[in-house]
Amino acid sequence: MSMLSVEGFAVSRGGLPVLEGLSFSLDAGHALVLRGPNGVGKTTLLRTLAGLQPALAGTVSMPPESMAYAAHSDGLKSTLTVRENLGFWASIYATSDIEPALERMNLQSLETRPAHSLSAGQKRRLGLARLLVTGRPIWVLDEPTVSLDTASVALFAEAVRGHLAGGGAALIATHIDLGLNEASVLDLTPFKAKTPEEGGMQGAFDEAFL
Amino acid sequence: MIALLMRDLRLAVRAGGGFGLGLAFFLIVVTLVPFGVGPEGKILARIAPGILWVGALLACLLSLDRIFALDYEDGSLDLLVTAPVPLEGVVSIKALAHWITTGLPLVVAAPVFGILLHLPQGAHVWMVISLLLGTPALSVLGTFGAALTVGLKRGGLLLSLLVLPFYVPTLIFGAELVRRGAEGMNTETPLLMLAGITAATVALVPFASAAAIRVNLR
Repeated sequence: MSMLSVEGFAVSRGGLPVLEGLSFSLDAGHALVLRGPNGVGKTTLLRTLAGLQPALAGTVSMPPESMAYAAHSDGLKSTLTVRENLGFWASIYATSDIEPALERMNLQSLETRPAHSLSAGQKRRLGLARLLVTGRPIWVLDEPTVSLDTASVALFAEAVRGHLAGGGAALIATHIDLGLNEASVLDLTPFKAKTPEEGGMQGAFDEAFL
Repeated sequence: MIALLMRDLRLAVRAGGGFGLGLAFFLIVVTLVPFGVGPEGKILARIAPGILWVGALLACLLSLDRIFALDYEDGSLDLLVTAPVPLEGVVSIKALAHWITTGLPLVVAAPVFGILLHLPQGAHVWMVISLLLGTPALSVLGTFGAALTVGLKRGGLLLSLLVLPFYVPTLIFGAELVRRGAEGMNTETPLLMLAGITAATVALVPFASAAAIRVNLR
């Protein structure tokens, strides 16, 4: 069963089209890894899918309220403790149990520490633990493994695997090998948008002024 | 929603939160004015409602840029927009949290500070009523300015310029209410106007602020 399907998708950044003609679908229990050089539009694509910006063209179909988005920054409040940070997101997503997430991301020993005293990798782990408390089936992850050590990457891959086994799906933009052998890979380079001079589509030009 | 309110209040009272910033500023204004104007009670009593209102307004303005900027910087604004809560609700809650940390302390402190400015005896109760009615409008209007300037580096100046014109009606009717109350005149008209402005902004402005955030996050 396809959870997320994208047809003829085109996205723009700063009013310029970056990707076009993109179609893919993601089934329950599967992960799709997006690859491509810097600036090809991985982040823009994920932000568009998450609903933070409008698409230039194309359709997205997925069940409503099914996506959890994790960006480059973790959205942590430095003066709140690990537990308070996670508890906040749990109540926003109307789930209450944060213990399994703390345990999965190996954060129990840190739960009373304020977030500003965590290392970059520990913050990242807390940011990823947020995904576990959302209870959403589709994870959209932008560079989830930045500043994680090898053990934490394995921990993260394990969490993704558990999520997939539970009927979830994941869309991950990354440069490194996550050790998720079952994930399929989509290289975005062929979908790079043509410039208007080459006959590509015009972006919403006025957007550059918004 | 309540979780968001609790989080914002908790952040405000923790280190570096900014709770009390507006109050301290208000205190500074109110103590400095008598030095500048001179200690003559009559003059002070005459200008007290205006000074207290201007002080409250500037104190409110001081902390506006924090409403969304901090959440934008650490990425939680992106995550809140994609979370299953309506953005209009998020804006309203943020305005409420701002009011509780900035407006409410001013309301409570105003009668005390009024003494420093020789505010006439009968006017204290009107001062409290006018601030109680008027400051929510300041916070809600502030979210609109903050939403427009979110993502701008040092957007504080632009924010002040954008928001100040919207604050003028509240200032006029708020100060007028206190003045009339102090002189024992009919207070119905400014009272209703002030309440009307607040009710209208609370009802309408969150939609504008939410739209501005959506555009700014693109």
